[in-house]
Amino acid sequence: MSRKYKQFFGFMALRLAGLIVLFVLFYIIYDIVSKGLSSINWEFISQPPRRGMTEGGIYPAIVGTFYVTVITALVSVPLGMFGAIYLNEYAKKGRLSRLIRMAIRNLAGVPSIVFGLFGVALFVQWFNFGPSLISAGFTLGLMTLPVTITASEEALKTVPDAYRKGSLALGATRWETIKTNVLPLAIPGMMTGSILGLARAAGETAPILFTGAAFFLPHLPDSPFSQFMALPYHLYILATQHHNISVVRPIAYATALVLIVLVLLINLTAIILRIKYRKKFENK
Amino acid sequence: MNRFKEKMIRRFFQLNGLFVIFVLIGIFVLLIRNSYPAFREIGVWNFFSSAEWNPTSFTGPKYGILAQVYSSLIVTFGAMLIAVPLGVATAAYISEVAGPGVKNILKPTIEILAGIPSVVLGFMGIVVIGPLIARVFNLNQGLNAINGSILLGIMALPTITSLSEDAISAVAKKYKEASYGLGANRWQTLVSVVIPSALSGIIASIMLGMGRAIGETMAVLMATGNSPAMPENIFDSLRTMTATIAIELGEVPFNTTHYYALFAVGLILFIMTFLVNLVSDIILHKYQEVD
Repeated sequence: MSRKYKQFFGFMALRLAGLIVLFVLFYIIYDIVSKGLSSINWEFISQPPRRGMTEGGIYPAIVGTFYVTVITALVSVPLGMFGAIYLNEYAKKGRLSRLIRMAIRNLAGVPSIVFGLFGVALFVQWFNFGPSLISAGFTLGLMTLPVTITASEEALKTVPDAYRKGSLALGATRWETIKTNVLPLAIPGMMTGSILGLARAAGETAPILFTGAAFFLPHLPDSPFSQFMALPYHLYILATQHHNISVVRPIAYATALVLIVLVLLINLTAIILRIKYRKKFENK
Repeated sequence: MNRFKEKMIRRFFQLNGLFVIFVLIGIFVLLIRNSYPAFREIGVWNFFSSAEWNPTSFTGPKYGILAQVYSSLIVTFGAMLIAVPLGVATAAYISEVAGPGVKNILKPTIEILAGIPSVVLGFMGIVVIGPLIARVFNLNQGLNAINGSILLGIMALPTITSLSEDAISAVAKKYKEASYGLGANRWQTLVSVVIPSALSGIIASIMLGMGRAIGETMAVLMATGNSPAMPENIFDSLRTMTATIAIELGEVPFNTTHYYALFAVGLILFIMTFLVNLVSDIILHKYQEVD
């Protein structure tokens, strides 16, 4: 076979791989939208489940996911930002910062179910928070930490060094420099990256299985120490644990659709935020 | 006073940086602490040498981890058979063949694919892939090892594709130009110059994808049928380490041998993924130094 043909068929194979990837995503979205859309209406979004989850909506699950994501953000965003400030603004290139970076990469690789075990042992049992919003939020927060810290560091790296040197040369201290010359430019990027991490946390199931997610609750959580319903867990229940799986299949599809839309919306928010702030800086 | 304040602020940020190390060590210590009673009760040898996991057996509980470890490894291996060729080929396509228009479609596609929650993919395993497998291979139902492998393959795909693409794009232009100069065409250059130069980055990406696949819970929990016996072929239902923890932790009372045994499974899982990530890290580091 001539090398020209080899190239032709080789590139064809690569193109095919790309097409398969495209098809996989397209098919997932097509399947969920086409089978989930018909069950979605205002009642589905605004009402709790009724009659053993065969009717009604998923309102408590939406609210629960929202609450737990807020707690996740309260834990992982500040910790991630502060950690990144240390790594990028204070730490010298040496053994310690290498060690921290290694820990970040390894923490990112810890399986989500292991975070679940950790959350049960530490927050549910040791701190005695019980299965609750706060136990689940803290667990997810620590799990998201590698994302927020890496994203924040990337954002800090984009601030040109001249901004720091100019300020330091005028006699400002390191902290004053960070506060006035570095953070204002870096915060939009930090937020964008962190929100992307939170979108992932909102869709996680394994870490909240035993740290606070509930099968069914007739009312909304009224304190951080309440259990809660969550969208991903609700989908898991409807898909595998329900006593009448075929009856609730349309509801499961609709729940999957709401979950995907929610995750994509959070991603979209991050992207819009990035574009908006970029424009603002260009105008200055 | 001002200098003191600066020092305290620095300390504060440093503590936040160190916090990540505390968390990692904290996870490790808690896993060991909660596994220890299980190892003492069950015996380390029994735990690792038996394939029978039946904590509620009438003839006395059995805690053998072998079938679960084997199940996790076999599903992950299957996932890699799917994700490695597909991921590396897609990465090569994006960085070396595709025009900017196609690139602008494929790259976000991969990002969105990475963002799909695992529980949704598990659901797809039940409603789409399971029935498909059952029909194609004429089985009663399709919740088995291949189903899990396909899902984990899809989950590992974005990691492998995007990191491989980084590695392939990072190959110095002069290598490619030298190859063209010698009369090689684009395909020959890709296969015998670009891919070999990017190989360590590609291998690191595969290791990372593998680490994710071993530790993935929801997709395998929902799609592999969860039969705790040792699987005999790829059409068998099986139960991975992650699925065992997910199924049983909700049912056991705290501080029983069974409870601690689940932490022991978690500890083994943690060590396995830690090692895979470490190897990936070392490969990547070496590769960056060469560049």
